[in-house]
Amino acid sequence: MADIVLPKNFVPAAAPAAEPGKPFIEIQDVSLYYGGAQALKNISLNLGEKVVTAFIGPSGCGKSTLLRCLNRMNDLIDNVRIDGSIKIGGHDIYAEGVDIIELRKRVGMVFQKSNPFPKSIYENVAYGLRLHGVSKKSEMDAIVEESLQNAAIWDEVKDRLHSSALGLSGGQQQRLCIARAIAIKPEVILMDEPASALDPIATSRIEDLILNLKKEFTIVIVTHNMQQAARISDQTAFFYIGELVEFGPTSKIFTNPSQKRTEDYVTGRFG
Amino acid sequence: MSPRQSTTATRHFKSEKFDFSSFFFSGLTGLATLLILAILAVILLNIIINGWSGLSWHFVSTIPKKDFFDIHTTGVLPMIVGTSIRVIVMTVFVIPVGVVTAIYLTEYAPNTSLITRTIRAAVNNLAGVPSIVFGLFGVGFFINFIGKNVDRALHNSGPVWGQPALIWASMTLAVMTLPVVIVATEESLKAIPPGLREASLALGATKLETIWRIVLPQALPGILTGGILAVSRAAGEVAPILFTGVAYYTSSLPTKLTDQFMDLGYHIFVLSTQSPNIDQTRPILYATVLVLLMLTFALNIVAIVIRARVRKKMRALG
Amino acid sequence: MGIHRGHTARPWEWIVEKSIFLISLSAILMVLLIFLFVAKEALPVFFGEINTALIQKPIPPAEMEKHSPVELQSYLELTPAQFASMSKDTLRSLMEVKVEAQDDIPEDFRKDPDARINTTEWRYLLFAHQWSDYNKPSYIWQPVGQIQKFNIVPLVIGTLKTTIIGLLFAVPLAVGAAIYVSQMARPRVREVVKPTIELLSGIPSVVVGFFALLIMATVLQHIFHYQTRLNAFVAGIALGIAVIPVIFSISEDALTSVPRAYSQAALALGASRWQTAWQIVLPAALPGVFAASVLGFGRAIGETMIVLMVCSGSVVSWSIFDSARSITTTIAAEMAEAVDGGPHYRILFMLGALLFAATFISNMVGEIVIHRFKRKLEGKR
Repeated sequence: MADIVLPKNFVPAAAPAAEPGKPFIEIQDVSLYYGGAQALKNISLNLGEKVVTAFIGPSGCGKSTLLRCLNRMNDLIDNVRIDGSIKIGGHDIYAEGVDIIELRKRVGMVFQKSNPFPKSIYENVAYGLRLHGVSKKSEMDAIVEESLQNAAIWDEVKDRLHSSALGLSGGQQQRLCIARAIAIKPEVILMDEPASALDPIATSRIEDLILNLKKEFTIVIVTHNMQQAARISDQTAFFYIGELVEFGPTSKIFTNPSQKRTEDYVTGRFG
Repeated sequence: MSPRQSTTATRHFKSEKFDFSSFFFSGLTGLATLLILAILAVILLNIIINGWSGLSWHFVSTIPKKDFFDIHTTGVLPMIVGTSIRVIVMTVFVIPVGVVTAIYLTEYAPNTSLITRTIRAAVNNLAGVPSIVFGLFGVGFFINFIGKNVDRALHNSGPVWGQPALIWASMTLAVMTLPVVIVATEESLKAIPPGLREASLALGATKLETIWRIVLPQALPGILTGGILAVSRAAGEVAPILFTGVAYYTSSLPTKLTDQFMDLGYHIFVLSTQSPNIDQTRPILYATVLVLLMLTFALNIVAIVIRARVRKKMRALG
Repeated sequence: MGIHRGHTARPWEWIVEKSIFLISLSAILMVLLIFLFVAKEALPVFFGEINTALIQKPIPPAEMEKHSPVELQSYLELTPAQFASMSKDTLRSLMEVKVEAQDDIPEDFRKDPDARINTTEWRYLLFAHQWSDYNKPSYIWQPVGQIQKFNIVPLVIGTLKTTIIGLLFAVPLAVGAAIYVSQMARPRVREVVKPTIELLSGIPSVVVGFFALLIMATVLQHIFHYQTRLNAFVAGIALGIAVIPVIFSISEDALTSVPRAYSQAALALGASRWQTAWQIVLPAALPGVFAASVLGFGRAIGETMIVLMVCSGSVVSWSIFDSARSITTTIAAEMAEAVDGGPHYRILFMLGALLFAATFISNMVGEIVIHRFKRKLEGKR
């Protein structure tokens, strides 16, 4: 699906040209195989702390696959093999003896299709808290309220916390899923095309939310919407058929990319 | 834009020939459907019409003392109790094993492994075993092997466990209805969208926690359906209990697991084939059949309603 | 990030998951146990260890020492456990009883050549034999009396008669209805009719047998004017009624799961509804419909109560208007009277084992066909 062509000297206004801080997520020479087929080819990439990184690229290029490596959700698929190393905060997350449960507590995920549990709004957010040991009601109430506020949905649901989450609109459900993810205070939030199923107004609310969240969390977002990437991310990585083609500050990728393929993609010649 | 003049004749899209084959075969197959429905209706109506008059509160709540064959004084309470108790004991055994097996097959089993395929093949085979073979199994395994060994271990002087008993009949029925519970539970587990499991895992829950907190509660109605279907099926079966515990007459209601019991279906069978005066027993027979039918139908309908409600809810979750 | 803890942090979960796996093996265990314990009781027949010959040369108790324990054990028809638990004196008295029993045999039986036959040999189980009280070689199943006759051919014929009639009745009706409901009628019809026909499967077979016995037998006799009121024909039709829901359900599922793309392509080319159903959809669904019939066949063969209630006698004849006894009804009716551990008992178990094997095989065939059918459809999607 070709997006609108950006003019060559377009400078995205919403995203401040932040310099990436010290590398927080270090991806080194990662290759992934589904059985015999290679889906990721020798990816090396360093993502900064408290920064929004966007993974862009045409369908099937591996961006979602790489995202799911960061919280080891790919472990759920049979026949997957991963080479290389991924370090988060200096720790190799694929090392022997790594507690996946603890990893997923520190690296949260928001999915493309919102998937609230068929429980009340309160219980959705409280689920992760209960898992990880919070039991006092006062503590839980406070964290639930804080998370719903930070997800910019508190005002809309504060009067119906105990009604079913399935009664919310699509955009609200997605913000609820974000609240659920941040309630357990991860360090990284992974977002797999979080707004692709939403209308433009809901999308822009999510984007505003992301810009706020990056003050506290490191965010990696997969998106096929290039304006979105341009609007909200500080760094962008462009993938093409399993390879990392180019990585750098967002403004550079969109206005003056070094690689021809990158330029072809962002100017809409293919994709 | 000038109005178009049609130079060709206006065409209707009706066919010139009557679609005879569709009409004919539609009618033929429709007739087949009607015939099946008619058979069902005839059976049900015949039983309801003939059995209704014999049905009464007295009938279902009396333990017949002397005369089995007088419609006014006889009762089927012991048969109802016997049928009910044996299916209740059966559910104690079949539901845990069936649900756990279904959980393993849906959530844990690697699809291509030999063990998984063997389990599935075994479940399918179990579903096809004739009911009388289950009866033989009940005698050969439960009564003659387990029962007799229990007696030996407990140093019983006479056969207490090693003879036809309520518990052996129930366990035989549990083996027989295991596939029903497994299939129904699997169906309800599969209907839960995978997104829910992913969300839970991404929050740091373990697989077991996800199953216990998210998946099972969602699957509960489906499991209930499976249990009800198993009960309904077992309530009507006579062949497996023939040698494993049923009796034509017991002097009291069954109280211990080692007691024998009376049964609605068995009573119908004996009265139909061995009663001396069919005209006298006819009203009793019809009333007993009606009671059995009401029991199994009520259960079936409850199961169908639950299943329909669950399907609607799942679509909303989508 | 302190994330090093590993699986050992959760031993409880490991135990639970292993238990889940073990419990799931119970299905396999059950199938094995069923076969084991049913076949176990029948093994002596398979190994030819039973001797029902009336006249056997008795071993005089005095000569007990001259024979090996194994010979004595099979002569006295005891299991190894029973033999081992008896004292010498008990064994001797048993042998004396045997000698007396031989002496008790009435004279006319002594002259009967049949009295020397071991009627549990395979020859007599399967082939016709000229028994002395019949005028030509015949297949007789008659386990009562001095000379027990165990030929299983009448039972097999009885099973086949009723089952084939049942299938001939049920398959056209059920498949026809399946075609109607899934291809020809409006979708609303399907929502009503399908659960209703499935309701038919909720009627216990005892009730169907009851209905056949009381109503159908008389009605059919009025229509067809045959001699015996309770015969294989009535039993077969009743069997068919019981089996219709199974065949209908699976065939309807098979027809509905043929991808809409096929029928829409045909309709778009101008085929009529019936042509589409008959020429495109049904051939595509044929493996599923076939499997449905195979499963119906398996159900019909294993059905006990219906034939038990309708038919009583065992007659060897291919006429469907005669009575018939099937394998299942024989087991059901005679097990109560068979002496525990005796030859009749064991032969009944043997019949059970044969039945189990037959349905096992027909089940696997049906499963393999459905499996291939599903794979074919999914490959094309």
